[in-house]
Amino acid sequence: MEKIGAVLIVGAGIGGSQAALDLGDAGYKVYLIESTTSIGGVMAQLDKTFPTNDCAMCIVSPKLVETGRHQNIDLHINCKIEEVSGEAGNFTIKILKKSLHINMDKCTGCGVCGQKCPVEAIDMFNEGLAKVKATSVKYPQAVPLVYAINKDYCIGCGVCEGVCKAEAVEYDLEDQEVEFNVGAIILAPGFEEFVPAEGNKYGYGKYKNVVTSIEFERILSASGPYTGKILRPSDGDVPEQVAFLQCIGSRDLREGQPYCSSVCCMYTCKEAVIAKEHMDQVNPTIFSMDVRAYGKDFDKYIIHAQEEYGVQYIRSRISSITEDSKTKDLILKYETEDGKIISEVFNMVVLAVGLNPPNDAEYLAEKFGIELNEYKFALTDVFNPVQTTRPGIFACGAFQSPKDIPETVTQASAAAGCVNQLLYEKTGTLITEKTLPPEIYVAGQPPRIGVFICHCGINIGGYVDVPDVKKYASNLPNVVLADRNLYTCSADTQTIIKNKIEEFHLNRVIVASCTPRTHESLFQETIREAGLNRYLFQMANIRDQCSWVHMHQPKEATQKAKDLVRMAVNKARNIIPLERIKLSVTPKALVIGGGITGMVAALNFASQEYETCLVEKEMELGGHAKHIYTTLEGGSVQDYLSDLIQKVNSNENLHVYTQAEIENIDGFIGNFKTTLIHGDRKERVEFDHGVVVVATGANEYQPKEYLYGKNPLVIKQSDFEKLINTTDDIKNKKSIVMIQCVGSRDEERPYCSKMCCAEAIKNAILTKEKYPGVEITILFRDIRTYGFKEKYYRQAREAGIIFLRYDEKNPPNVIANDSQLKVEVNTPTKEVININTDLLVLSAGIYADREENEVLAMMLKVPINDDNFFLEAHVKLRPVDFATEGIFVAGLAHCPKPIEDSISQANAAVSRACTILSKDEIEAEGKTAVVNMARCSGCGMCVENCAYNAIELIEDRRFGLIASINQALCKGCGACSGNCRCAAIDVLGFTGEQIYAMIKGRL
Amino acid sequence: MTVQTVDDKSINENWEPKIIAFLCNWCSYAGADLAGVSRIQYPPNIRIVRVPCSGRINPNFIIKSLTDGWDGVLVSGCHPGDCHYISGNLVARRRFAILNELLEFFGIEPGRVNFMWASAAEGERFANLIKKVTKIIKELGPNTKFKKKWC
Repeated sequence: MEKIGAVLIVGAGIGGSQAALDLGDAGYKVYLIESTTSIGGVMAQLDKTFPTNDCAMCIVSPKLVETGRHQNIDLHINCKIEEVSGEAGNFTIKILKKSLHINMDKCTGCGVCGQKCPVEAIDMFNEGLAKVKATSVKYPQAVPLVYAINKDYCIGCGVCEGVCKAEAVEYDLEDQEVEFNVGAIILAPGFEEFVPAEGNKYGYGKYKNVVTSIEFERILSASGPYTGKILRPSDGDVPEQVAFLQCIGSRDLREGQPYCSSVCCMYTCKEAVIAKEHMDQVNPTIFSMDVRAYGKDFDKYIIHAQEEYGVQYIRSRISSITEDSKTKDLILKYETEDGKIISEVFNMVVLAVGLNPPNDAEYLAEKFGIELNEYKFALTDVFNPVQTTRPGIFACGAFQSPKDIPETVTQASAAAGCVNQLLYEKTGTLITEKTLPPEIYVAGQPPRIGVFICHCGINIGGYVDVPDVKKYASNLPNVVLADRNLYTCSADTQTIIKNKIEEFHLNRVIVASCTPRTHESLFQETIREAGLNRYLFQMANIRDQCSWVHMHQPKEATQKAKDLVRMAVNKARNIIPLERIKLSVTPKALVIGGGITGMVAALNFASQEYETCLVEKEMELGGHAKHIYTTLEGGSVQDYLSDLIQKVNSNENLHVYTQAEIENIDGFIGNFKTTLIHGDRKERVEFDHGVVVVATGANEYQPKEYLYGKNPLVIKQSDFEKLINTTDDIKNKKSIVMIQCVGSRDEERPYCSKMCCAEAIKNAILTKEKYPGVEITILFRDIRTYGFKEKYYRQAREAGIIFLRYDEKNPPNVIANDSQLKVEVNTPTKEVININTDLLVLSAGIYADREENEVLAMMLKVPINDDNFFLEAHVKLRPVDFATEGIFVAGLAHCPKPIEDSISQANAAVSRACTILSKDEIEAEGKTAVVNMARCSGCGMCVENCAYNAIELIEDRRFGLIASINQALCKGCGACSGNCRCAAIDVLGFTGEQIYAMIKGRL
Repeated sequence: MTVQTVDDKSINENWEPKIIAFLCNWCSYAGADLAGVSRIQYPPNIRIVRVPCSGRINPNFIIKSLTDGWDGVLVSGCHPGDCHYISGNLVARRRFAILNELLEFFGIEPGRVNFMWASAAEGERFANLIKKVTKIIKELGPNTKFKKKWC
């Protein structure tokens, strides 16, 4: 059967959008199907994201805009899957596009219909806390920006039809069936939030001031029902005492789901921090069982919340809530760790509700012919978490298991990576090239500057007097238009900007909003679509540099915003159109590290017929996985590993170099050149490649504590795993004690190693199965069996394994005692418990080697973080990319994680890399250095200062000895220009003239 | 054009210095962004000019800033070794070491022009740098030595 170079993606939240962008960029036709009227999913509803407190809308909005206008992505909203047939490589899909009763092609999103509509409906985007009109758009920044009539509320008065200038309202517009063929399918329908049932013990639904976390998220949001003020629903008062209750509907066999929802611990902490930030009177208290902060930098976030924001943690599960009928306050009764019953009054309660499978999970499973797991999430492969039970169909995000945004984005890319592997021959067969209007010729014309000032909800507008800045900007020389917008980055504003460029004949555009580091390219794309060269653009960062850092000084913040706008205008008067040169791409990959992560990545590249070079420093492949026998879920790691090694060694596109050391990596995206030395004889190999994947892994901590290395009865968890799997040495042991968090979550390594809890429980259960008489005690701080791993925690307790929490400030004492060890455990309630044990197993954490990682980081020019792991481009939305293009990270090199996550990252890195490798050529930056030949004295200072060997001295017929710059190699850093004594070198985009104009701007 | 005489800080008790900051795009500018995202509050006296790398900063930019009446200058790049462009900040460091001596020769008080490092992960440090620099320049008073009197 002929394979088809198109992909169906079901669900257009952040996961579906990321998969669509990856595949669209890699040259596949993408059909992106969304059941609601707009893309963005739950992330668009969030106020901020952990652990960076990035504004969710600010970071997701550019992605959604990009998705909405991607040339290769066909977006279908308000859809339902009707029929699916065929097999991997060639499926036929039939969908039903439900009518919006407004013609999408005609609607401009102007919103007049909504303003005039006389009927109110419940605003579901604001979780029912606000009202919208029956004719409405899901949220102001929605993509695509089209209105829809809600027929459940519409009274058919005809007002909207009357006011619509675009004649888009068509009441009798009918549902439409659409059919298409695709080669693969990605399911990303997300999750359904848990809603406490009627008569629940928390009084949700009965007491007004008990809200769910997603409702509270809307309360926090600047675009929410209370415009970002923390008010309680009963009377609109500011609640001073706010209680957050964890595990609502999670880890609850009676009223909820047995699994852990993975994200609630972190989002609750974030909501507490943001609430405090929005209103200082708020005192957040969090009631939790375990604090599961297992991700990268999560533990630091929790500590920061406690120390800086005074967020209080109480380890208890609330048994009941009652309401004071007069004050509408809530009385919480709980038991403290030392057994006291306390009754405390709170003004508001937030329930951290868990993540349920999507309501239509069974419907989807039936239509797509895939199996679901016991909790009705997609059943996937133990080792490849995006592979469903049916070939050619992949699942990602919360539909696979509850997870946070970066893991969703990773899995989305991983699913795209697997699609690449399946359909690679068909890339580029069904797509059309983007046609841009010819560039308007602006050289020599007087500047006509348009300034767009962003309110950013209340992020800017709440502190900076935006109308005043607008007035000021409109009076600056050459400014012909100053405008202000609620969100300048939203899709509707892009259209406004384009229209204004045409209307006012703008030839320079300034956006005063947030940081150019995240938003510049979005606006550049917009002005390019309007016919302006993308470099005729400037940004003034009045959010990160004004409103957010001078929150208590609105006057000064406004003055500063004016100054920054003026400086941007001064620079804009001097900017010129620039050209981007095209660079060729070497369709080959370099993968550094031969563990599971590296091998999966390399094999994926190689099976797409990209020549791949896999570099391993050890004698043999396998990495850390050589010491792991099974996964918690029962997958045989050793079988998987040997199968993988066999595939790697037999693939003809894959060159494996063991005992290898990288000597040098030169070049840039699409054109790297690597020299390495390998083997006993230290042979030197040179390799050209277009991308790099860093999968160098990490190391197991070698404990210094608890008599490790001094007493033979003290061993590491990995040693124990080997003993229990390969010997029967454990048989004679009567008592085994395991200590968790050895070398993790301490001062030196303040992070969680993520896998140790699962490892300990896995080995404990296996031991109990083999030798039921052995008494096992696990000493822990928090048990972090997130997601479906919770099942095994329960199983372990049922098997009689004892879990005992120790005081983190007072870790256990181990005393050698002839043939035994005595472990003194200090519990958090200040009790001391002594355990005599025959074996002490230490769950040693994961650490990254600073020296080793620094060498590679220097070579690749990529950063590493405080904990010596590699630092990705963006922790939320670019989890496997480096800021430097063409270089990616996966596996333990990024942060500690279990095998299945590493495999997802490996496939994700491949998918991201394929967006480059699948192209013959890519465009380079236009901001490079240029030489004024008449001024150059040929001194050669620049040649010495250039770190990229981009400059050489040449003999010119007219000007004699002069410097000459290779545009492809030039990175535009300007080291040459800063040193040029003749002022002969300038950096385009940052010319001396432009910077002097900014300096001069001072009034 | 009116001729102003700004010679003594006692003229205006409420005098606030204006400081221009040249920040490299990859570390210090990102650090400033992080300070913003983390809502770390600092004095509103600086105006940031983004440059690709501290190596881009020509000594003339600094001198021009002083002659144009900025009360202080801050230059901040990646920590030595962290440069996105490999060694741009090292080139800058050598250059500014020389410039510092030249400025002293001109009679510019030490502390009016500051060279520092802040990484993308150091929002807190960035805010502290700004607090420190603002304090130093406040104590030095308005920039009069180099300033053209008509601007």
